[in-house]
Amino acid sequence: MALRLLDGSEAIVDAAITAGARFYAGYPMSPATELIEFMAKKLPESGGVCINAATEIEGVNMALGAAAAGFRAATGSCGQGLALMQEAIAEAALNETPIVIFNMARNQQDYFQATRGGGWGDYRTITLAPKDIYEAVEHAQLAFHLADKYRVPVIFMGDNILARTQMGVEIEKRDFGALPEKDWQLDGTSGGSGASRQIWTFGGGKTNAPGPGPSEHWKRIAEKFDMIAGIEARHEAAFTDDAQTVVTGFGTGGLFVEYVVRELRSEGHKVGFFRPVTLWPFPGEALEKATENCRQVLVFELNAGQMIDDVKLNVTDRRKVSAIGGVSFDESGLNLGALMDARVIRERILAAMEVSNQ
Amino acid sequence: MRTVSRGTLVIDIERCKGCELCIPACPPGVLAMSKEGNALGYLYPELSPGCTGCTACQQVCPDFVFEVYKYETAVPVSDDGTEAA
Amino acid sequence: MSIVQTAKPPSIPSKKVADFKPSLLQTEEHHLCPGCGEPVAIRMVLEVIEELGLAQKNVCVIGHGCYGSFVMTMDVDCTLCLHGRAPAVSTGIKRMRPDVAVWTLQGDGDMTSEGLAEILHATARGENITCILLNNGVFGDTGGQMTASSVVGQRTKNTLEGRDPDYHGYPIVIGDMVASMQGSAFVARGSVHNAAAVAQTRRLIRKGFERQQEKRGLSLVEILTMCPTGWFVPAAGGADYMMESLGKTYPLGEIKDVAASAG
Repeated sequence: MALRLLDGSEAIVDAAITAGARFYAGYPMSPATELIEFMAKKLPESGGVCINAATEIEGVNMALGAAAAGFRAATGSCGQGLALMQEAIAEAALNETPIVIFNMARNQQDYFQATRGGGWGDYRTITLAPKDIYEAVEHAQLAFHLADKYRVPVIFMGDNILARTQMGVEIEKRDFGALPEKDWQLDGTSGGSGASRQIWTFGGGKTNAPGPGPSEHWKRIAEKFDMIAGIEARHEAAFTDDAQTVVTGFGTGGLFVEYVVRELRSEGHKVGFFRPVTLWPFPGEALEKATENCRQVLVFELNAGQMIDDVKLNVTDRRKVSAIGGVSFDESGLNLGALMDARVIRERILAAMEVSNQ
Repeated sequence: MRTVSRGTLVIDIERCKGCELCIPACPPGVLAMSKEGNALGYLYPELSPGCTGCTACQQVCPDFVFEVYKYETAVPVSDDGTEAA
Repeated sequence: MSIVQTAKPPSIPSKKVADFKPSLLQTEEHHLCPGCGEPVAIRMVLEVIEELGLAQKNVCVIGHGCYGSFVMTMDVDCTLCLHGRAPAVSTGIKRMRPDVAVWTLQGDGDMTSEGLAEILHATARGENITCILLNNGVFGDTGGQMTASSVVGQRTKNTLEGRDPDYHGYPIVIGDMVASMQGSAFVARGSVHNAAAVAQTRRLIRKGFERQQEKRGLSLVEILTMCPTGWFVPAAGGADYMMESLGKTYPLGEIKDVAASAG
């Protein structure tokens, strides 16, 4: 297969369909709008269905239905739309329905929403934050795999740069390993058998086959997320062994940080970078090791300080941690702002290193 | 008094919650509430001779209390009001 | 007048003509209140599904209300979804499994209060699903509060002097709204207040599923169900109270059937 020049959104949609996604329901919202445009065009060609939902709430609940029926299903939005979906994301976690939520964020202010969630209950949401379109093509497939593997909702965290940059990409089906059979799917065939199926947040089961009940069910769900936390944390790092300064950033921000750090390294600065690839589970142990010997840890994110909480929770001496990012939008309020700039990041890292050296 | 019973019921009185919906539902009017309560304290329906096996009681009952049978041969009701079978 | 022995099946030759419960219920047990109309409605739906040969070809999407406890006893594939969202969840299931009969079980609080958008948009899209609305004009599960379909004058725990249109607004007549939309195939209102109404409602439910099989669009079968507890009336008085109150705002009968019109 040859390289094709694609919008990030189109590459993500193609990757999702390659992974077997057959249902998408969403609502337009910049910069997630192109996702539904490409899904509407491409899903029917692949035997799938794309529905223009009346609200994000309706869209995510449709995806829950399609996933409950046994199909790979997704919805997508950003920021405020993701906020509207939070009840259903919690529901998917608690009733164990695998769905994927493409959050093409306007900025980096959805970190809390994605990693802490806004729904009720003891759950977490696996959150993948690709740094570029190549990784996005992988993550758009990995998201469905992880959702099916653990029967959980997975958030794909993108932004306007990922959505709207064109790149030459090759989309190949990725194999992430075997998956359990969906013996829970609602295909309608079990009625009258005495062993009909049920998907229910309270885990009550049926008269013939009682479930654990709410307390035990929710305890088991929480334990499942603990288990996932121990397995699925992913990160990328370099130059941390002898770095005096370790700079962290996620998503596109992580890519910018990586670029600047490589540049500073080539100039002889003792600086390294650390990028959480999964925002949840946060790669805390890896960050702890990567920052063991450094003098300071800098956090670059385009918000008033969200991921920095996770960084402080995991760097042994949290006094070493400081922010070099901030709130930064373009004038429309819909896109990443001027702070997402390698020169600005370079200046801020150098300034922090100078202070640290004094 | 009805002169014949064409059917009969099994009434699971312990499941009855005493709502009385079956009483007006019975076309021949042969159901009446008991004087004594069941284990939960609810009065429950009792059947007198004259049931037609029409299933109306079973259809309106929220508590799945009735099972309905039709006799193969109608059973006469004696002068003393008992089924002659 | 003597009492007939009804503890055991008859000993003389006879034929069983009606079971305690429909075969698609795993047990007769439930915890709904005396005089509740919901189990009667659920019995009919399950019997119709069986009659139409859909027992191994249906999925139920249940909303939030007292009837939700039947998620544990109905022997059909089912999910109890978020409050009000059953038509949306059903849409996802039906679009991916078009040959499976997909039906919702919702109350008036679920459909007309929390989930008005979902039922209307599912209708607008002409989704081939059958929505069963158990309408008792009150939030029964939480103990008797006003829903969007509580009728004018109805006393509830948060309309103590009765629903006052000047203060609480008017009831939403969801059947008429759905019937007015192009995507609906069959809309009807039945009741379970007596045996004749039950028999009539069973026919309406059957049509509601048949139109789905025919892929004609969305069917809404609204069933007025007694809630003596939520109306603060004696169990035996529920049927009369219902027809005096809800029955006047929500008249019984077919509202729309595309099969009755041309094509």
